[in-house]
Amino acid sequence: MEQLSGLQITGAILWQFLPVWIALVIVLVGGGFIRGKLGLLGKLYDHPIGMIGLTIVLFWVFTALMADWIITFDPYTPVDGMKNKKPGWPVGGQEGHYFLLGGDNLARDVFSRVVAGSKTVLGIAPAATLIAFMVGITLGLPAGFFMGARDTALSFLANMVLAFPVIILFYLLVTRAMVQTGIPTYLAAVLFAFPIIFICTLFYTRFKTRPNELALYMGVTLVVGIWLYFSMVVTHIPNFKAPFADSYQVLAGWLDPIRPFSMDANTLNIFVAVVFVNSPTVFRIVRGLTIDVKTRDYVAAAQTRGESPWYIMLWEILPNVRGPLIVDFCLRIGYTTILLGTLGFFGLGVSPESPDWGATINDGRKLLLIYVHPALPPAISLMSLVLGLNFLADGLREESLKD
Amino acid sequence: MLQFVLKRLGVMLLTILCLTFVVFFLTNLYPNLERLAKTQGNNRMTAEQVESWLDGRGYNRNVFVKYGEWLGVVPGWTNEINGVPSGRCKPITGDVETAPSYCGVLQGYLGESTVFREFVSKIINIRLGLTGWLMFAAFGLMVPAALIIGVLAGMREGGKLDRSLSTFAIATSATPEYVSGVLFIVIFASSAGGLKWFKGSSTSAMDDINFGNFTLPVLTIALYGVGYIARMTRASMAEVMTSQYIRTARLKGVSFRGVVLKHALRNALIAPFTVIMLQFPFLLTGVVIVETLFNYKGFGWALVQAASNNDIELLLGLSIVAVIVVLLTQLISDIGYMFLNPRIRVS
Repeated sequence: MEQLSGLQITGAILWQFLPVWIALVIVLVGGGFIRGKLGLLGKLYDHPIGMIGLTIVLFWVFTALMADWIITFDPYTPVDGMKNKKPGWPVGGQEGHYFLLGGDNLARDVFSRVVAGSKTVLGIAPAATLIAFMVGITLGLPAGFFMGARDTALSFLANMVLAFPVIILFYLLVTRAMVQTGIPTYLAAVLFAFPIIFICTLFYTRFKTRPNELALYMGVTLVVGIWLYFSMVVTHIPNFKAPFADSYQVLAGWLDPIRPFSMDANTLNIFVAVVFVNSPTVFRIVRGLTIDVKTRDYVAAAQTRGESPWYIMLWEILPNVRGPLIVDFCLRIGYTTILLGTLGFFGLGVSPESPDWGATINDGRKLLLIYVHPALPPAISLMSLVLGLNFLADGLREESLKD
Repeated sequence: MLQFVLKRLGVMLLTILCLTFVVFFLTNLYPNLERLAKTQGNNRMTAEQVESWLDGRGYNRNVFVKYGEWLGVVPGWTNEINGVPSGRCKPITGDVETAPSYCGVLQGYLGESTVFREFVSKIINIRLGLTGWLMFAAFGLMVPAALIIGVLAGMREGGKLDRSLSTFAIATSATPEYVSGVLFIVIFASSAGGLKWFKGSSTSAMDDINFGNFTLPVLTIALYGVGYIARMTRASMAEVMTSQYIRTARLKGVSFRGVVLKHALRNALIAPFTVIMLQFPFLLTGVVIVETLFNYKGFGWALVQAASNNDIELLLGLSIVAVIVVLLTQLISDIGYMFLNPRIRVS
């Protein structure tokens, strides 16, 4: 068998991504038909750069969701005789099978590893950013609204974390020794409580006077929240066997195809570190926006009506600052992706055989002057995903400013 | 004004105290100490040997006492290791008898590195100097480039030049150092790229900086920062260009060029000044990545060595320097902003 030419490789890769193309066409064309009902996202169709961003982001989302159909080989198993082979190299003994982007230093398929790596990134980055936002919002709203001692203390804490170089924090927090001490789990216990508190307060302030609906919404939130909390945090506390720990894990395993919910200790450690680094910045943004908005007339009107402070914060102020927050959310997922890559690049928290993009770049760079192909695909993938998110954020920002 | 600066300096001191204690606490957790004992002693030590190793060197004590020693408010430990008298302050004079009883940060002693077997202050001195050159060159490239891009883009908002320059700015801020560094090496230094203009390693730049061995790391650091500053400059420039006095100047018949250079530029550069100063903390992460990637043994490289070997005192020393740099730049940026922008005054 002969080595594939550049054109054949491109063709084969495009063919492998067929499910992604189909999904992309359905979503983008379908979205185009109902764009009038999509609000801000529908307006994005008028913004070419934003549209390019959305397409790239959706491409990677679908790739992560359908990674198991796209990969051509197992991303973890070495194949005999394929060490550092060039892209398009035929696999010995298997007719018609090629390493589309070549083999890495341990004779594994680079193409499949890049595709599998998208699962790690997209499984962690959006979820971690979301939790960081909930922490930042839950603390930033009261800090900006009440000011005073509470604000001074929280701001001091936030500035302290921000003054600490990210890289030192990662080296201290994301290590095997740290997992043994259980500190990441305790940190997770604190940070992961915020989403539950946030959503409960959200419903409580809204449905306070309507007990039936309140019971329904609060019940669902608490059941789902506490169950997720158990599966993510409590089962990880070292030397502590949570009651029904195994059943939680099994249930959590059924429910999620891209596994943000049932994490192993190392992933939890990474997740917590990333949330911890992002929360103070979100806190500062939300605090600043709240200080700006709380002097508006509709806040005064709500106060005159006798609404509680938390109702005003969550149902008057928060919806009115959503524009900048949505834009920052997109940018922050990109930044989190970069942070995850940094962690992988320094080999922190990832197992050596993990197909994580940052870790793969780090593996590939050692032989970069001789073999280019193992390091290049993950580098370009990471860049394109972050670029897509930045373009999307830019489009959303410009479209939301047009009103 | 003086009160403001004093208050800020007080908060700074408190922040440094808190952060160094956090670093101290985390590095002194038992699994980390065990790792330290095994890398310093030998890898096959039994649990008892680890214990006695840690006991002999004063690690197995209350973390607050140890932190006090490090600060210099508690007298340093003295002990006997294998019959030889030893102590925290011994390295200063080489002898326990003549060594001072207090030795800590307050006395100007940052301790001794366990990895390099040298005084922390000496290591910081050498490594910071090397990184200084890198930072200096990166800033020298990044700031002018970003300001020019930002001003050109913000001059005519929404124009073709603006669109292309803004897209470029977004693209650079989407390319972290470990991606752009790899791309640069592939294109400019590897045989696959074919150009081979520069070297893929900067080890030789530590003794002798030249175009071949220093361009790629500087370019890599500068590129990631350019986008952000350029976007801020663009936003500020675009805002200034819509203001009344620019319109007045235009209506009076001043040429577009004259308006941009004489009226808009000065006011448009106030906001980016803050952003430029606040780039320092981000540059630090970039420096660590680039120094690892290009094998340039500066501050970032020392940081990686200290952190991965749990070299407690070196890591603390490096953290102090890093945190002081970050906080000082924040302070300078605030004060500078007040001087540049007469509308803002501290109450």
